[in-house]
Amino acid sequence: MSYDCNFQLSTLAIHGGRAPDAHAEAVVFPIFQTATFGQQEVGITKGHSYSRVSNPTVEALEHAIGALEGTPPAVCFRTGMAAVTALFLATLKAGDHAIISDVIYGGTVRLFAEILNGLGVSHSSVDTSDAGVVERAVTPQTRILLVETPGNPTMKLTDIAAMAAIARQYNILLAVDNTFLTPVLQRPIDLGADVSVLSTTKYIEGHNSTVGGSLACHDETLLERFRLIRKTVGAIQAPLDAWLTLRGLKTLPVRMKVHSEGAATIAAWLEAHPAVAKVYYPGLDSFPQKALAERQQRAFGGMLSFELNSGPAQAFDVMNELKLWIRAESLGGVESLVTHPATATHADIPAETRQRLGISDGLIRLSVGLEAAEDLIADLQQALDTVFGTRTERGTADHEFCQPAG
Amino acid sequence: MNFASRLVSFNVAPGDPFRPMATPIYQTATFEQAEATAFGPYDYSRSGNPTRTVLEDQIAALENGTRGFCFSSGMAAISTITRLLRTGDEILADSDLYGGTCRLFTCVLERTGITARYADACDWEAFARQINERTRLLYLESPTNPLLRVVDIRRIAELAHTNGALLAVDSSAMSPYLQNPLDLGADIVLHSATKYLCGHSDVTGGVVVVKDQELAKQIYFLQNAEGNALGPFDAFLFLRGLKTLKLRLDCQQKNAQAIAEFLVAYPQVTSVNYPGLTTHPGHLLQRKQARGAGAVLSFTTGSSELSRRIVEATRMFNICVSFGSINSTISLPGSMSHASVPPEVGVLRDLPSDLVRISVGIEDAGDLIGDLEQAFASAAVPAETIGTEDAAEVG
Repeated sequence: MSYDCNFQLSTLAIHGGRAPDAHAEAVVFPIFQTATFGQQEVGITKGHSYSRVSNPTVEALEHAIGALEGTPPAVCFRTGMAAVTALFLATLKAGDHAIISDVIYGGTVRLFAEILNGLGVSHSSVDTSDAGVVERAVTPQTRILLVETPGNPTMKLTDIAAMAAIARQYNILLAVDNTFLTPVLQRPIDLGADVSVLSTTKYIEGHNSTVGGSLACHDETLLERFRLIRKTVGAIQAPLDAWLTLRGLKTLPVRMKVHSEGAATIAAWLEAHPAVAKVYYPGLDSFPQKALAERQQRAFGGMLSFELNSGPAQAFDVMNELKLWIRAESLGGVESLVTHPATATHADIPAETRQRLGISDGLIRLSVGLEAAEDLIADLQQALDTVFGTRTERGTADHEFCQPAG
Repeated sequence: MNFASRLVSFNVAPGDPFRPMATPIYQTATFEQAEATAFGPYDYSRSGNPTRTVLEDQIAALENGTRGFCFSSGMAAISTITRLLRTGDEILADSDLYGGTCRLFTCVLERTGITARYADACDWEAFARQINERTRLLYLESPTNPLLRVVDIRRIAELAHTNGALLAVDSSAMSPYLQNPLDLGADIVLHSATKYLCGHSDVTGGVVVVKDQELAKQIYFLQNAEGNALGPFDAFLFLRGLKTLKLRLDCQQKNAQAIAEFLVAYPQVTSVNYPGLTTHPGHLLQRKQARGAGAVLSFTTGSSELSRRIVEATRMFNICVSFGSINSTISLPGSMSHASVPPEVGVLRDLPSDLVRISVGIEDAGDLIGDLEQAFASAAVPAETIGTEDAAEVG
């Protein structure tokens, strides 16, 4: 049975990965934990020859992600960084130039600084929230523009449609890292991007159980190029991890809704707390790009960050006082996580660059999980009260969460 | 802590030095001993396994019990409970039970000299009259499967205890999110964890939770002695699935209510069984003893042939046994999940041959209702008027 894209995303999340020909009619696609596949005759296979090249379970995941992205089946990788690496290896050669968002996951910056720059590929990290800045960064050698929106960790937004216009004008490829929102909350391909990049480790898998990445696009030639790179460098997702991701994906739409509701409630509560200097969350009226978020996102997502009125020492103290929030890297899982970007996710970015981008030593990033928002707020409150000796009114979080836009 | 928080905020790896976010899968049969005669907390995975322990502790906490036990299937869990009985003892069960339970009670226990008798537990006075001095266990599901009758758990628990019997409740149709039978006085709560606890149709498993320490000791003895405890990888999958229990059920329940209301208004439907409907006879009782109506419903059409055609004409509903998954499923209980009901029980419970059971998933409610509409429309056209082989294949 084949599914057209007229179904809603909540339906596609469940049925998009169902194979047309599971011979045992199993409701859940099998885990093909096999390295290689037999040939009926010499050279004749049923589409899979070797699991470094392709694997049925990985293919089921690729169908599911493609269905959500509104593209042909995606190409899945062992990690999000493996996907980003394949994206650049597939599109750049020595002498070429790339433009990336200045506020971006630190691992992408490290990929350029430590590996790609040494291979003769140059790059510019620019403020992609300003289309003029991006346009001025384009050189005759520019081949690809990678934006991350919302940007990690300050939530700075980039106007995807405006970037698509620039990309078309200069004939460069536009890739959007959509990890923070997923195709459920933001549709980069529909907004004109050529490639959608996901760290599936985050919301797609959603349970902090495995790592993975994906690339999706409409261009079959480019998809073939991604697959070529993947089999050449050996970066394909593993069958069990693909299966776990496929399983997690089914609840993605319901999870995204609750993550967003929780984050909106917590952002509003933090903003009202006297010890908090600034909250970065696109759903807040104080967020300078709220209008852009409302235009290009379906909700504001489950990520936010905030800054305390005091220095970095207090940020560590507050994080260490938290009991329900777990101190860990990563994001997008059912458990709420708290991260210190300057020393963790963005530690590879030079200190002065971090300061310029607003990634201060006092910045705390939150990934809001599926716990009850009132419990998460109570934990934040006790941590802030303990560190600052404040006594604030108990948070008024309730079950009638504020509704995000769209 | 609220239920949503309890589902994700618990110690997933007690004592683990690496502090992982997900429980490690201890895929090991046996554990090394520090000394020849000194055992650590674990020695052999049939007796205990760290991955399974995390799941058993979590499920016990969610059911407000003191101790949980996980088995390789729901039937293994039920079977273990029946081992608390001896030859000559009797079980008094509600008449609307899962077919596999009936088969176990009637076809397997009979050979061990244990008698199962059935009566309508919704009529508790008539049910009470069936108790005798040999009755050791009262057994019921609520809401029942597949007729969705609601049984007053508190009242039956009192009945059990004044007669020196235990009450076991199969709460698979509710999950601990919606109902806690131990709080209502039951001695044992059982789940086919394959249903809502797993939620993804990818593992089979069973759960037993009790409050009483003495009962817990007996069940642990049986679990270890009979060797049907859940494997570590399956335990991991349950732990993973359980974290989204509330989200899934909230969505499934909302969809189920919408579908039930759609069916009530549909002319070809002669009755709809769903406790979420205010017209359902158990609606008020359900509101009193549970926190929702669940996501399973059944309906009749007046024609077993029409029901069969509707089931086969759906596209989004998988025709399969089991329920509680994020995928919507549809079945004809009379010929599928309850085909194993002995005829004499079948007559007593009067399971209509045109009964269709739906387990509602988390797809878009509009898509699901649209699919049912097209299935009703295409089923309404008699097959012979189409008259082609293709049509016969679609059935």
